[in-house]
Amino acid sequence: MDEANPGEASTGIVTPATGGVLLTLAHPALERSRANRALAKAAKSLPGVTFHDLYETYPDFAIDIEAEQTALLAHDVIAVQFPLYWYATPALLKEWFDLVWLHGFAYGLEGNALAGKRLFAACTTGGAAKAYHAHGYNRFSMDEYLRPLEQTAYLCGMVWETPFVVHGAAVKNDEELKAEADRYKARITSLLTSADADLGA
Amino acid sequence: MPFLLQAMVYLGAAVVSVPIAKRLGLGSVLGYLIAGVLIGPFAFSLVGQQADVMKFAEFGVVILLFLIGLEVQPSTLWDMRKAIFGLGGAQVVGTALAVAAVSMLLGLPWQTALAVGLVLAMSSTAIVLQTLDEKGLRQGPVGRAAFGVLLLQDLAVIPMFALLPTLATIAPPVAHGEAAGHGAGNLIENLPAWAQGLSVLLAVGVVVGGGRYLVRPIFRFIAEARLREIFTAAALLIVVAVAGLMQTVGLSPALGAFLAGVVLAESEFRRELETDIEPFRGLLLGLFFITVGAGIDLRLVASQPLTLIGIVLGLMVLKFLVMFGLARLFGAQAKAAAAVATALAQGGEFAFVLLTFTVGAGVIGATLAALLTAAVAVSMALTPVAMILYERIAQAIDAAIPTQVPDTGDFDEGEPDIIIAGFGRFGQITGRLLTANGFRSTVLDSDIEQIELLRRFGRRVHYGDATRLDLLRQAGAERARMLIVALDDREKTAELVETARKAFPDLIILARAWDRRHAYDLLANGADAVERETFEAALSLGTTALQKLGYRAHRAHRAASFFRRHDRKTFEDLRPVWGQEEAYILASRDAAQTMDRLLAADLSRLRPGDGGGDWDTASLDVELKERADREAARS
Repeated sequence: MDEANPGEASTGIVTPATGGVLLTLAHPALERSRANRALAKAAKSLPGVTFHDLYETYPDFAIDIEAEQTALLAHDVIAVQFPLYWYATPALLKEWFDLVWLHGFAYGLEGNALAGKRLFAACTTGGAAKAYHAHGYNRFSMDEYLRPLEQTAYLCGMVWETPFVVHGAAVKNDEELKAEADRYKARITSLLTSADADLGA
Repeated sequence: MPFLLQAMVYLGAAVVSVPIAKRLGLGSVLGYLIAGVLIGPFAFSLVGQQADVMKFAEFGVVILLFLIGLEVQPSTLWDMRKAIFGLGGAQVVGTALAVAAVSMLLGLPWQTALAVGLVLAMSSTAIVLQTLDEKGLRQGPVGRAAFGVLLLQDLAVIPMFALLPTLATIAPPVAHGEAAGHGAGNLIENLPAWAQGLSVLLAVGVVVGGGRYLVRPIFRFIAEARLREIFTAAALLIVVAVAGLMQTVGLSPALGAFLAGVVLAESEFRRELETDIEPFRGLLLGLFFITVGAGIDLRLVASQPLTLIGIVLGLMVLKFLVMFGLARLFGAQAKAAAAVATALAQGGEFAFVLLTFTVGAGVIGATLAALLTAAVAVSMALTPVAMILYERIAQAIDAAIPTQVPDTGDFDEGEPDIIIAGFGRFGQITGRLLTANGFRSTVLDSDIEQIELLRRFGRRVHYGDATRLDLLRQAGAERARMLIVALDDREKTAELVETARKAFPDLIILARAWDRRHAYDLLANGADAVERETFEAALSLGTTALQKLGYRAHRAHRAASFFRRHDRKTFEDLRPVWGQEEAYILASRDAAQTMDRLLAADLSRLRPGDGGGDWDTASLDVELKERADREAARS
């Protein structure tokens, strides 16, 4: 990799004018998930959002690292949307972090391509909100379960945005899901506007 | 003779003789010609006046040229300029001069000799193209060269009509000599030269302009009416109109039809035009060949057999030699040049027209013309025979001197990791994957054209039959780790696997299999692994199909993976009983059912909505719901 100036990508790709939200969705069977479909549909209609469906793009897990890094560089906000599986991300999203967020690119002495950007996690769970509590059967809070992502942001010099969580996703009725989708849309809009503000500053 | 009866005779003759000729390996053209001879006035005399039928039949050639034009994009025509004007021009001039020289040696005055040469330089578009089509040669370099020459001959007819009357040595037998043949229907012959030229240009302009701007809207209008037969009628109308127009200005109708075809080659109606007109072409061409056959004057043949045989053979040999030499001069390979020269060695249908014309113009005497007409017809009939002869000789030469092919090449790449036998559609992909991963390979192939192509792309490919053990040794099979057999030939593949396994016990042998049965055979012959050649491609296309039908990519990918797994398992399960025919059939019927059942079960895991399956949370959701309800009741 190049010894590049900070901000100028260490991949050798000159960072294009950045902006907007890269919304990376990872759901292995989106056709089964009402909640994630509703959220994604609401968010991707927003101008400034680049929608990126990981399982649709890489059904065989053969991730195009260069293309992914270029996409990361081109956006201010990196959003990941996924269902919580065994208290972690689905397999392909983990693979994406493993293969794309590389030493020398995302972290390490020369790896500062993502520094200053923001990392935002949107997550659905099967269990109800009260289960994610010291006294609930899941015993830990969502904050605790999302620590690996939060630490990823920290190591990469990124700002960790407050996560967006939908609990009890599968038992919600259409009306409740609609409300969650609106809430999601508003949240992403606020990320977009604060990104604009940053750019203007 | 009543029309229906006559039609019955023609159709009956064709239906009886063409399939028989085809079955005997003589080709359909010869079948039609024989049918013509049989029903002609000189054999069973089942048909009477030929002239009307002949005119009708000649329209088959016009349609043929129209259809060919449809296949030729204007850009292709430009690419063929060398074949048309170079090779074609040289053929007409060269053949005409050669035939003229021989005729002079035989005692004809130079004017008559030249006229004979020009007339006999023509070849038969219909016979050549039909024959090449049947031999599968029309699309390749042979077909292109032949077509270029034929096209120029069609063009050359125009100046010939102007040139031939100047060679007159005898007084015209009929007062209105000019009117014979060509002159009929020509409305502009009395105009001054500049006006004639102008009207020719105008006619061509009408065809091009009309084809570009007028025909499309008309066809769109007709297509919207959804009357199939009117569309066909309109298509025929175009051809007839163009042919008529061309005749009016003294151009060859066939040439005009070709031009119209080229103009319409880029229109969206090309395919429809083709399918609509195609049947007419076949029937009318057949009719044309029949009339040629019927036109052979058997009495003349019988009265002067030796002269006629001499003329026919002399003509064909001479035309062959000139064309062969020219084709070689223009860079064709010996085999291709021989094919083109054989195909074009006969006299053409234009010769009939031109001979009538020259007799009328007092250039060639009536007796000689009759003899030549018979000779041309016989030479046309002999063309399919000559092509068969050519094939036999070419095969014999191929078999006799295998040294003609490119040399094997020095095996100086060093020691290869892999030997790839067969570098066509299959081997190339496997080979590229392996070399891209840094493995050294030595490639063997026995398709000369393929090798030349690959060498032009800078790939090193050795010529040779990989089933030869000495060649495998030379290629380094003793030290290589792997042999990949990617031949496009079931028997050779099996043979090579068996030979290589016996000679090199440690070599890893992978082979391309034709189908499941072939795959078992190869494994039995000692292959370490096989791949059915179409399996992965078909599965991949199926995956794409699922996606286009609305599956998400990951689901389609997994569905295909399940299918692959079950199919491979079935393949392995049946392997032990392969070779015991009865047991295999029984077992495979069972296995197919089992596979269908298991696959269905697996695939249902991917189906959303009915509970259970991969990434489904239905059972969990029920529990969570109950828990939530309980907690709500408690509080």
